[in-house]
Amino acid sequence: MLPAMLPGLIGGVLIGLAATLFWAETGRVAGVSGLLRGAWRAQGGEGRSDSVLFLLGLVAAGVIASLARAEAAALPRPLWLLLGAGVLVGFGTRVGGGCTSGHGVCGLARFSRRSLVATLTFMATAAATVFIAGHLVPGGGVP
Amino acid sequence: MRRAAVVFGAGLLFGVGLVISGMTDPRNVVGFLDFTGRWNPKLAFVMAGAVGIHAVLLRLLARKRPLGATSRAGGRARIDAKLVVGSAIFGVGWGLSGYCPGPAITALGFGLPAAFGFVAAMIAGARLGDRVLGRGAGDAPDTTCSAEA
Repeated sequence: MLPAMLPGLIGGVLIGLAATLFWAETGRVAGVSGLLRGAWRAQGGEGRSDSVLFLLGLVAAGVIASLARAEAAALPRPLWLLLGAGVLVGFGTRVGGGCTSGHGVCGLARFSRRSLVATLTFMATAAATVFIAGHLVPGGGVP
Repeated sequence: MRRAAVVFGAGLLFGVGLVISGMTDPRNVVGFLDFTGRWNPKLAFVMAGAVGIHAVLLRLLARKRPLGATSRAGGRARIDAKLVVGSAIFGVGWGLSGYCPGPAITALGFGLPAAFGFVAAMIAGARLGDRVLGRGAGDAPDTTCSAEA
């Protein structure tokens, strides 16, 4: 099992290094939901360009990965469900003040109690959602 | 210019980490969340690697530079209903799609139509959140981004 998990650990270390690099340069938390918000908001200046550049870096990684033929198909969900899920993710991360990167990675690394509560909460509701979808909705399980 | 290059590089490195760790493939995410099925523990290794290295490096670097505004106490740094309810709603969307914001934006680079729809819906959801919180576009920039510690 461990060799199969090694890419996860290595990728995780890269994510942690990237979050550190971003913080060292800007003093900001590498929370993707917050950066996405920062990118479309009207204020200009460094805050906005930092957000846009970081997000462009993420997209560039996707382009490189697709050229290298990495797998990344979306789950076979109907469009309405995917869009609905997107609205929930956007709304929830805005109200909750962070997502898997902001609370889950950066917040936990700072030993933030807020982020610990947030992370345990979204992990719990996500697991409950997968359980319900997998047992009650035809085709809602893990492919 | 240097700052722009470093910030873009940080985003690129973050995205490469997401791809290598398999987090841009929603099956790995939903597989982790599916405790009653064939449990896929990969996401736990990703989190351990990311949190571990970031925690160590933050503490080493913070000797030279304070953790910044994000480590303030009080204000939004409280555990309140917004934190819990918002996170709970986020988790439902995450469980349904297998996408959280980072992997969804990285998936744009794959040219997946589903990712474009998801990210557009995510932005709409965040704007709805702005309205519910009563913070229009005119307030001060949120320099702490997210997850104020």
